[in-house]
Amino acid sequence: MTHRTQAPSGDDLASSPLAGPPPVRVEPSPPPASRHHRRGRLTRRQRLSAWDVKLSPYLYISPFFVLFAVVGLFPLAYTAYVSVFDWSLLGGKGDFVGLQNFEDVLGNPYFLKSLVNTISIFLLSSIPQVVIAVSLAGLLDTHLRGRTLWRMSILLPFVVSPVVVAIIFGNLFGDTYGLINQALGYVGIEPIQWHTNRFASHLAIASMVNWRWTGYNALIFLAAMQAVPRDLYESASLDGAGRVRQFLNITIPMIRPTMIFVIITSTIGGLQIFAEPRLFDTTLAQNGGSDRQFGTLTMLIYDFGWHLRDLGRASATAWLLFLLIVVIALVNFLVSRRLNALGGRR
Amino acid sequence: MNRRPGFLVYGLLIAFVLGSAAPLYWSFLIGSHTKDVMAQQVPPLLPGGHFLENAGRVFETVPFWKAMGNSLLVSGVTATSVVFFSTLAGFAFAKLRFRGSGALLVFVVATMAVPTQLGVVPLFILMAKLGWTGSVWAVIIPWVVTAFGVFFMRQYLVDAVPDELIEAARVDGCSQFRIFWNVAVPAARPAAAILWLFTFMQVWTDFFWPLIVLPGDNPTVQIALNQLQSGYYTDYSLVLAGASLATLPLLILFIATGKQFVSGIMQGAVKG
Repeated sequence: MTHRTQAPSGDDLASSPLAGPPPVRVEPSPPPASRHHRRGRLTRRQRLSAWDVKLSPYLYISPFFVLFAVVGLFPLAYTAYVSVFDWSLLGGKGDFVGLQNFEDVLGNPYFLKSLVNTISIFLLSSIPQVVIAVSLAGLLDTHLRGRTLWRMSILLPFVVSPVVVAIIFGNLFGDTYGLINQALGYVGIEPIQWHTNRFASHLAIASMVNWRWTGYNALIFLAAMQAVPRDLYESASLDGAGRVRQFLNITIPMIRPTMIFVIITSTIGGLQIFAEPRLFDTTLAQNGGSDRQFGTLTMLIYDFGWHLRDLGRASATAWLLFLLIVVIALVNFLVSRRLNALGGRR
Repeated sequence: MNRRPGFLVYGLLIAFVLGSAAPLYWSFLIGSHTKDVMAQQVPPLLPGGHFLENAGRVFETVPFWKAMGNSLLVSGVTATSVVFFSTLAGFAFAKLRFRGSGALLVFVVATMAVPTQLGVVPLFILMAKLGWTGSVWAVIIPWVVTAFGVFFMRQYLVDAVPDELIEAARVDGCSQFRIFWNVAVPAARPAAAILWLFTFMQVWTDFFWPLIVLPGDNPTVQIALNQLQSGYYTDYSLVLAGASLATLPLLILFIATGKQFVSGIMQGAVKG
């Protein structure tokens, strides 16, 4: 729209009284903005219509803002409040304890372990995922037969819930009877203790994330690749650049903004990983292995809050995880800006 | 790149697709045998005849049908409400002029980066105060409209509804809501369908929040599967039969609407 919505003129009074949003229409007070000489001639209906034009947009967007205030903003701020109290799940708020909860969490040996596990699983799942997804998108960005079918097929894992993925992969990575150890046995490799070995368990959990998200991210990259102007490739071909060379020198730099976007969204999601490691754990506690060799920070929040019933410490952990996400997002941002600068110089 | 792909490209793609489908097939495969099959030297290649028997045991072990009903209710209601409120707000941002609309839209987009999962403790306290813990409404209410939905619908409606049409409706004396209902909603249908599917899927697969607020006897499907896995994981056939059953509804939805899923992602449907 290039011009402001005009005040209702004399002949647009045909609007049905049934149509408007009732909360606006029952406000008969005069519109302050239309205080000019014509005001006296405005009928009630005209004034209502002016109110409708002015207020309806705010009414329409208000559900989001109200809900975000209640379930987004307030909880984040209130988490800080809870974190400085002795606060039990059942008993409610207790004494003010200052930073005691933070000290307890930071001093807890499982905190550092969960922090390292979270970062390790995140790196093992995000780096290969981006590399494979970009390559896969490159394969799809050709004149394929049955294009939609290919795209749908690679998206299949996306409809499988993380809980189900964890159950299936937990079985495949079984220490004794698992298919993967059986297959390794055929080629003469000793069975790997996927659940007890720390690094092996991280690999297994990262493979769940990779399996579920790679196709999805490939489609995002594919969309970006299709927006690359085709004449860039034509001139590169004339210059004698091969396919791989074109992919590395044209496609990758052109889709860099999309890559940054995918990396940042997967950072926010990846650092909060919960369902996969929890269901990978077959002990009753489901805390991330007998020695928490694959416990993550979100699992620690759950453990503090709903096993140990200590909401104060759970909140302190949540804030520390929030801090970690902010720090890693900043690092991502700085690194990608640097990469962009390098790319621009080429 | 604009060329005809060779065997190598098709070969790699086939390998990738097989890798995508194999774990699902494995789940059904083991779920259709008895649990002794896991101890065999050579794993089976074809499904066995015990799937219904295993499914029956799933129904006896966990409140599976209740979980299915809850998941359908929660996902369906949430998706429908997200589509309604997001279309309404998206319409306002795309087509109505009001003071502060630009800044407010930036705010909406910025909230997508806020990891709301970290606010679970106060949200839980709030739900407990309201007496909603244990009820499926505790899973529905917090997500009835999302920043992503608002932004997605806004992006679509900006181009899908010509400003002239809205002007014409206004000259005809339509109220804002009537313009929304009669002009914007019909135009928004394709995007609304995509948003509905995505939201449905997201809510169906959610685990962390339902685990916190729902008790064991009133679970969603994911929570029921967790009970199955934590209590009976050595009974592989039972657990994997349950996992297969729980995936079936989404799989059917995906096969029926896969095209929309693909175009939704490629139009910039993002996580979160």
